[in-house]
Amino acid sequence: MLVKDVVSAMFVLGGLFFFMTATLGLLRLPDFYARLHATGKGDTLAVFSSLIGLAVYHGFSLTSAKIVFIAVFMFLAQPTATHAISRAAFRCHVEPWTCESEEIAMGQGGEG
Amino acid sequence: MIQFFLIVGVAMCVLVLLCLYRATYGPNVLNRAAGISAIGTKTLIILLIMGVAYDRIDMFVDISMVYALLNFIGTVVLAKYLETTGEVSC
Repeated sequence: MLVKDVVSAMFVLGGLFFFMTATLGLLRLPDFYARLHATGKGDTLAVFSSLIGLAVYHGFSLTSAKIVFIAVFMFLAQPTATHAISRAAFRCHVEPWTCESEEIAMGQGGEG
Repeated sequence: MIQFFLIVGVAMCVLVLLCLYRATYGPNVLNRAAGISAIGTKTLIILLIMGVAYDRIDMFVDISMVYALLNFIGTVVLAKYLETTGEVSC
């Protein structure tokens, strides 16, 4: 068991943890903007951490340089895609979830 | 170490199946797009883990790079299309 393997395993396990939290947020949060908030930030950090772990495992070569390039690209592209789809939702008049809308929905559900 | 990466890959496949719920039953098309974007991100990591398992990571890293580009372009194009034409229900 080398030091390289331990560092790589720590990075990959951190990435897996953030993937789990992002998926949990995507499944459980109440409306579209909250789900996008979970996946937009969680997936970005998880991809970065996993790719750095794989690059450390592979060692110093052209392949690991390509992996680091993918990590930098995803670090720029993922927030851009999240912002684009969130702006599309805002311009299509998707209403954000608030406490008032939840109370109104619950009141209608209780009365009707 | 290969077994560790295989276990991580299987866990990532389970997460893909969980995201597939949101991509299938999402209340509108924007939720489905968010789920598909999350699936594409996870697929990128699964491809690299497959490369480590087969010991051919120099081949799989190019496929993974193309997958990252296509996922980004697909999400942005879908968002632009829905923004210009789409009336999204609810």
